[in-house]
Formats: sequence, structure tokens, C-alpha cells
Amino acid sequence: MSYSVLALLLCAGSVVAGFLGALTGLGGGVVIIPLMTLALGIDIRYAIGASLISVIATSSGAAAAYVREGFTNIRIGMFLEVATTFGAVAGAVLAGHVSTAVIAVVFGLVLLSSGLQTFRATHDIAGAAVSSPAAVRLRLPGHYPDGGGRQEYGVTGVAPGFGLMVVAGGLSGLLGIGSGAVKVLAMDRLMRIPFKVSTTTSNFMIGVTAAASAGIYVGRGYVVPELAMPVMLGVLGGSLIGSRVLVVTHSRILRRVFAWVIILLALEMIYNGFAGRI
Amino acid sequence: MTRPPETPPPGSDEALEVLLGRLLQAGVLVAAAVVAIGGIYLLIMRGGGKPAYASFSGAATALRSVGGILAEARALKADGIVQTGLLLLIATPVLRVAFSLFGFARQRDWLYVLLTLFVLTVLTAGLSGWQP
Repeated sequence: MSYSVLALLLCAGSVVAGFLGALTGLGGGVVIIPLMTLALGIDIRYAIGASLISVIATSSGAAAAYVREGFTNIRIGMFLEVATTFGAVAGAVLAGHVSTAVIAVVFGLVLLSSGLQTFRATHDIAGAAVSSPAAVRLRLPGHYPDGGGRQEYGVTGVAPGFGLMVVAGGLSGLLGIGSGAVKVLAMDRLMRIPFKVSTTTSNFMIGVTAAASAGIYVGRGYVVPELAMPVMLGVLGGSLIGSRVLVVTHSRILRRVFAWVIILLALEMIYNGFAGRI
Repeated sequence: MTRPPETPPPGSDEALEVLLGRLLQAGVLVAAAVVAIGGIYLLIMRGGGKPAYASFSGAATALRSVGGILAEARALKADGIVQTGLLLLIATPVLRVAFSLFGFARQRDWLYVLLTLFVLTVLTAGLSGWQP
């Protein structure tokens, strides 16, 4: 296969990955790594490098739209970025010391859990009524626009939330994904932050988290221009189209279909990891 | 899409957030344009080649450090131009954090200035070629 054909395939696959990732809220990275490794036989380290780059592009590209809606809480974001950037560096260090088979299996497990998470009913808890003292001291409680007025919300579970964010950062640095699902889990479930605030703040944080390990990956030669170029442009394009469509379509059925695709990819990654083929 | 009814007052958290969001978007668009230009050049130069990515050898040494990448771009090498675009992309969230630092300092929120400084240090360490 000549490079032009490979670049074209990668770009087309990345557009689809970015489109579905934006539409379902699962991000493009989760599909791009199986596509590169399983379908195109590319070494997983190159795949991780290219995916991490595309994660920064989609997170930053969508940030403006999210921020304008007024749901992003930059104090929560910055406080938790202390945890995710620390975790991301640790994850990138770990990636250099474990075998690619182990990375493939861990990737498969993360993929599997985010696929399964899709089937859980979506919900919107009102958020914590009373904030914990730690959250108040950190000035984390905030408000979001609600109709004409604004809705105040409290924050609790600062320590467990922070801890899970270190894990989220670690997975991002180890696997080259945004790990938005884990970030949302930490904010929404543990810190009882309203769902919409959790998802938009998570998106805001993903780019910073990815940038923390991206520099280390560039230094290690994981980021090759030939592969990162079509992936970054494809995922960015796909996600921009996806975020436009998101406003007009009901994506529940699509979410289910995509979740099944992810679960199958996850099983294949795990199998290949154990078989030593990655 | 719900929008705040009025433009947020300057100096407030909301105004800062909107500014940061725009900054991120502009950074991504500039980076994507540089990557696309380098990419077209790359396809013209090496489109017919048959590179092997099945086994890992890593990017060329010159493409692994900021200094090396910029030197390659100045020499108008396709690789260097694409990689410069990717560096711009990585720098975008870093710049966002740097701007937040300025915003928090203006609000005299020293706790958040400190937290932001920590994040900024981790980010610049990775980019400056520090390998843990």
C-alpha cells in the first residue's frame, strides 16, 4: 500500500471516528486506535501518538461552542487539571515501560467499560444541595444559565473526585485517549456536579490533559507526521460536522449502535493483546 | 442551545471563559491549516512511497524536539512543517492555561494562580523535551 492510499484511508476513517465520537460523546480516540492497529496493522505506539494529537484538536475545537453556553466551570476544570496533568505524565512514563500487549489489553478494558456505560440510562441529578467545606474553600460551587435566570449548584466529594481524576489522566497518558468517560464519572457521580456542567468541563480539560503527555510522546518519537497528519485533520473535520448535526438529530439509536461497535472492538483488542499480536 | 442573555461583564469568570474558548478555537484552526499545507507537500513528495509502520522505529531524531522541528520547517521540509503544526496544536491548551493564570491574577485569586502555575509547569516540562 502506497503512502497516499494509506493517508486517504486514515483520513476517511478518522472523519467517521470524529463524527461518531462527537455525535455520541465518546470521542474519536476510542475508534481511531483499533482502526489503526487492527485494520491497518500499524504499531500501537504510532496509533497512540496520532490519537492523542487528534484528542487535543477535538477538545480545543469544540471548547468555544461549549464555553459560550455558560456551563463550563473553569475553577473546577483548573483544580482537577492538577490531578489529570500529573496522572497524564505518570501514564506516559508507564507507557514507555510496559509491553504493547499490556497496553492493548488495558485499552480494550477501558473501551469495554465506556461502551457498556452508554447503555446506562442518562440522568440529570440536580447536583449537591450543600457543598462540602473543601469545595467551598476551593470556590468550586458555581451556577449555570437556566431559562432566563441561573441555577446554583453545590460540589462535594472533592478528595475522591480528585483521586479518580489522577486515574483519568493516567489512562489518557497511557492510551492516548481523552478518557472523557472517566472524567465525567468523577465529576458527575463522585462530586455530584450537574451532568451538563460535568460533560462540558470534562471536554475543556481533555485538551490540557492530552497536551501534558503529548510533549513526552513527541520526544519519544511516537508522533510521526505521516500518520498524525491525516488522523488529526480527519478527526477534527468529522467532529466539527458531528457537533453541528448533534443539535438537530436524536442520537439515541446511534449511541446504541456505536456502543456495540465499541464493545466488539474492545473484545478484539483484548483478544489480540493476549494472543501477543499487538 | 441556550445562551446567556447578555454579554458577560469584562473581568468576570464568564468573560474570561468566552475569551479562552475563542483562543482555543483560533489556535486549532491555525494549527490545522499548517498541518494541511505540510500534509499536501508531504503527499506530493512521498505519496508513492511504501513506508512500514508495522514495527516501531519512531520519528526521526530531528522531529522529536522543538528546536529540531523548527529547524526542519525553516529548511522547508514537509515533515517539519506538519510537525510544526502539531506543536502549535499542543501549544494551544498550554496557552489557554497561561491566559487563565493572567485572569486569576487579575481577580487576585492567589490559590488558583498557584494551582494554574503547577499545571503550566507540568505542561511546559513535557514540551521542552523533559523525559521523565
